Amino acid sequence: MSTELDYRTIDDVSGPSPRTVLLRQSVRHAGLMIGLVILGVVVIMALFANVIAPHDPLAQNLDARFIPPFWMEGGSWTHIFGTDHLGRDYFSRIVYGARISLVIGISVACIAAMIGVTLGVASGYFGGYVDLAITFLITARLAVPVILVALAVAALYGSSVKTLIIILGLLLWDRYAIVMRASVQQIRELDYVQAAKIQGCSTLRILAAEVLPNLLNNLIVIATLEMAHAIILEAALSFLGLGVQPPLPSWGLMVSEGREQILFDSWLIAIPGAFLFILVLAINLVGDGLRDVLAPDSRA
Amino acid sequence: MLVYAVKRIALALAVGAFVSALSFFLLYAAGDPATAILGPSATQVDIDNVRRLYGFDRPVIIQYIDWLWRALQGNFGWSYFLRIPVETVLEQRLPVTFLLGACSIIFALVLAIPLGIAAALKPNSFVDRCALFLAVAGQAMPSFWFALMLISTFSVSYAILPVSGSETWRHFVLPTIVLGYYAMPAIMRLTRSNMIDVLGSDYIRTARSKGLSSAQIVFKHALRNAIVPVISLTAAQFGFMLAGSVVVESVFAIQGAGRLAWESIMRGDIPTMQAIILVFSMTYVLLTLLADLLNAWLNPRMRLG
Repeated sequence: MSTELDYRTIDDVSGPSPRTVLLRQSVRHAGLMIGLVILGVVVIMALFANVIAPHDPLAQNLDARFIPPFWMEGGSWTHIFGTDHLGRDYFSRIVYGARISLVIGISVACIAAMIGVTLGVASGYFGGYVDLAITFLITARLAVPVILVALAVAALYGSSVKTLIIILGLLLWDRYAIVMRASVQQIRELDYVQAAKIQGCSTLRILAAEVLPNLLNNLIVIATLEMAHAIILEAALSFLGLGVQPPLPSWGLMVSEGREQILFDSWLIAIPGAFLFILVLAINLVGDGLRDVLAPDSRA
Repeated sequence: MLVYAVKRIALALAVGAFVSALSFFLLYAAGDPATAILGPSATQVDIDNVRRLYGFDRPVIIQYIDWLWRALQGNFGWSYFLRIPVETVLEQRLPVTFLLGACSIIFALVLAIPLGIAAALKPNSFVDRCALFLAVAGQAMPSFWFALMLISTFSVSYAILPVSGSETWRHFVLPTIVLGYYAMPAIMRLTRSNMIDVLGSDYIRTARSKGLSSAQIVFKHALRNAIVPVISLTAAQFGFMLAGSVVVESVFAIQGAGRLAWESIMRGDIPTMQAIILVFSMTYVLLTLLADLLNAWLNPRMRLG
């Protein structure tokens, strides 16, 4: 008997490690891979904006207004996406705009996660009146028209990147709470949680050591989807004039600024909107893909 | 059923009271309404007079109860900006938004349900992939951008449809597509996943073994059960669409409540803002209540919850 055969037998019995299986599944998932590549490109754009952008995104040049992008007649390679109504380089603004979208998306997803996870875990674990009160809060939150309230609050308390993050973070926790509540209700009944209880572990220890690690997969999936949600809402608020304020290059604001040129220079609208669409699409693909790989049973 | 209905109605009332209080205090905290009415150049005497006249000198709780009581009777106070009762403006603007919402939800359902069924019949087939792609794209589409791109194509380049306004049915075509496409993905996905679950269940296998035709099984036996949760979702989506109308109506310059909301926010017209937020959230509460009651009536198992 050769040693080679022995290895194979051992390998067959133990199989690849869970981590390897996860990795293989991820690589085979086309949507996840496409999403990750696009998201990676946008993240690099945001991180190295000062290196990638050929011009200052705020520098105006009134002699060079409305230069079309390079693929259109009259375009040149100095301004590959052309220039806007103030002669600012459109490509540089797009590159810096990635920063705003990502910063808002990530921060909102984090703030909302803190609120949503706390509420969801408390409601699922303790049950009874706590659950009743938190379910009521979730129902009430769903009845609030998000865009309207965000617009109203931004108008009254001033709209800056910081206030936007706070407003959206305080509004977008519902999905976290709903999913966390349902998963904790299941986990609570599992044998090892009961065993920890019988052993006399404190509630805090059970939550931190037994319950939370099991929520991580779902949490990542929802955080991704909420990040996409926040980015699209920021863009809508900026488009309506109550989000990110000029001269900052937010993609939603750029669409709004290009709106007057819809008759002749519609690329001013098409380009930032397309970036927004592709970024949100990529994040959603990553979220859906992660759900398939990490938490297949929670698929809606 | 009665116990469930009473519980559910009580929850709806509580949510209504909570949300109305939230919208009242949120906007109340925004500054002195008397100054907002008179403008920055008003004298102290004028401000005091207006405070007494409008009742701003009373405790906040009393003001809230008074506001809610009047609102329930259809009296939302005076618009700071338009100088007419808020309900008069709402009477003109709300029907437009509800009409747009109804058109959009019908468009979404007509698109989502057949697609969802077709996708569920052959999971991972070409049709399923196409339906999934449409849904994923719809969820990522910024509605204001989609609206502008449609205008740029159909109104500017080809001049088939009007750019903006709300006079004829032709003005509603593009807004309906934008808002309907926004509501479509969720409905499609739910129809698909429910249909897959139901088609795999025992009673469908029994129906198949009895030799019923596929069409009979799908439309008579499976769809009936798969569609029940879709009713709730559709009600909820209608509520979300009312909020979404703020964006779409602004782009297409439709004279509806969504555009009015945006205008009121821009000019600090707090009574109008409060009224619209209240009407939109109460519509959501009422619709989800009706959908849940309908569900409980159709599906007795739900009444236990």
